[in-house]
Amino acid sequence: MLQTTHKAEIDDILSRYPVRRSALLPLLYLAQREQGYITESAMQEIAGILKLTPPQVYETATFYTMLNLKPVGRFHIQVCKSLMCALVGSDTLIGWIGRKLGIKPGETTADKLFTLSAVECLAACGTAPMMQINDDYYERLTEDKLDRILADLRQTGASALKTGPFMWPEPNGTRQ
Amino acid sequence: MANYEPILLKNMLQPGYTGSLADYERAGGYQALRKVLGKVSPSDVTAVVMKSGLRGRGGAGFPTGVKWGFLPKDYQGPRYLCCNADESEPGTFKDRQLIERDPHQLIEGILIACYAIGAASAYIYIRGEFVLGAKILEQAIGEARAAGYVGKNILGSNSTIDVWVHRGAGAYICGEETALLESLEGKRGLPRVKPPFPATHGLYDKPTVVNNVETLANLPHIMTRGAEWFASIGSPPKSTGTRVFCVSGHVARPGNYEVPMGITFRELIYEQAGGMRSDKKLKAFIPGGASAPFLTPDHLDVKLDFESVAQAGSMLGSGGVTVMEEGTDMVWAALRLMEFFYHESCGKCSPCREGSSWLVQIMRRIVNKRGQMSDLETLTDLCKNIAGRTVCAFGDAEVSPIMSTLKHWRHEYVTLIHAAETANLIRPEPAGAKH
Repeated sequence: MLQTTHKAEIDDILSRYPVRRSALLPLLYLAQREQGYITESAMQEIAGILKLTPPQVYETATFYTMLNLKPVGRFHIQVCKSLMCALVGSDTLIGWIGRKLGIKPGETTADKLFTLSAVECLAACGTAPMMQINDDYYERLTEDKLDRILADLRQTGASALKTGPFMWPEPNGTRQ
Repeated sequence: MANYEPILLKNMLQPGYTGSLADYERAGGYQALRKVLGKVSPSDVTAVVMKSGLRGRGGAGFPTGVKWGFLPKDYQGPRYLCCNADESEPGTFKDRQLIERDPHQLIEGILIACYAIGAASAYIYIRGEFVLGAKILEQAIGEARAAGYVGKNILGSNSTIDVWVHRGAGAYICGEETALLESLEGKRGLPRVKPPFPATHGLYDKPTVVNNVETLANLPHIMTRGAEWFASIGSPPKSTGTRVFCVSGHVARPGNYEVPMGITFRELIYEQAGGMRSDKKLKAFIPGGASAPFLTPDHLDVKLDFESVAQAGSMLGSGGVTVMEEGTDMVWAALRLMEFFYHESCGKCSPCREGSSWLVQIMRRIVNKRGQMSDLETLTDLCKNIAGRTVCAFGDAEVSPIMSTLKHWRHEYVTLIHAAETANLIRPEPAGAKH
């Protein structure tokens, strides 16, 4: 139960809005952070907190692509496939990842480590091709960089190749 | 290469600038707020912004001061400011940089806007994927609150302004201002029928202003250096100030370049962004994000200001300039953007919801060499029945890639269709477009 485990955080979220329903997206994010995806029971609990009906929560949750209503892998790889990235090789990138992990967009590896998604624009067109893995952006990708990122994630769960705070071009010289 | 004085990127261009409160104050930050709060009347602040000629940097280019002026003068209840940080127009990546590298510049702009319109609460609606940007903003707001710039009785002026970060969750349409308000209210992000406009019936049905990140970031500079100074930059009287243009695609140095409005696309692409990435010549460019119709090399000497780009048959939009080299398949390019719009249509209006599906199916058929000549008429007919027939501007936006590529590169469509005819490959696609 989120209300027993995260009471202070929920109260803090609720205090930001004069109308309770505004807290819906933040609470759905909280549920997703705790369980990796949003369960039906979490949606019911959130409906109770916000004095909404479960369908009101469900209709909102299903509108937004970042809210997972099904489990995803530990690392959710989202590669931008919109035109700006496609011009500089995002289709090739998706192919590399697919071959390295043995999955197609929309699939999860058998060990539940990686889910691959091809997504629409993530607002990093100047540093394309790019992808987002969980909370982090990875930009100006090459096959070599991709190998290092996947190896880092397998070994330590994090990669120093993530980017940001963002500035491009950088004031002095270039980064990796 | 001409050097222009950066305004919005000035701080972050300094070596070692971290965007912390201390760094921002050292660079003169929060002086504009001190100068304004309780010393200049809110209506005078609005008058300065009006006089500066500042126009919205999100896409529509509506004059900011005029927008503020629409709020009812005599309304006693709460008013709201929403900062549109949803940055989701393909080709645009400037707000991310303004947020992550100089968050206090934006916060100071938000505070000035709140003071001018009488809002005690501001919500920064930031796209869900910008997790780092949201963290940086939360941290910066915390610093500002501790220093007395945000919260109750700001700088002893009796003004109370709170600023909150609210994360979106991956819907392009939430960059449309009324969809943003719906989303902020915890609902599906469906644009509202206008009128009434947000100025009278916005967030929670209260008077509300929605301004873009870059628009708000300009305010401290306008209040410090004056309306006349700002109005003298760029392409006065209608396109004043600088723009942070986002250059992407086949150029040597893609990235964000802040230049005065009114320089030419040729200068932006060939001088600032270093020209083409290879020997291949420029074939096409999109001047203002995915919603803006494609332009050709004949338009390289068009000026980057609102009126000139509109005259050339496109729009300056969000400032996202995407460059394509010789060899780029324009039908494929239009399809890629069409797939984006199909995926992002919110589904409220039938012409857009159904039309985008049909457009994607026909475009895929043509690209896959299964098209027929009558498809071109069907495409045009569909586009004409979508544009202008929807609640928001999405309908106009989604048809622009197809309409403009049909206008400038019709022969590429015809070539693909001829290939289909000669190969006798014409056969119906299975019904229903897949995402």
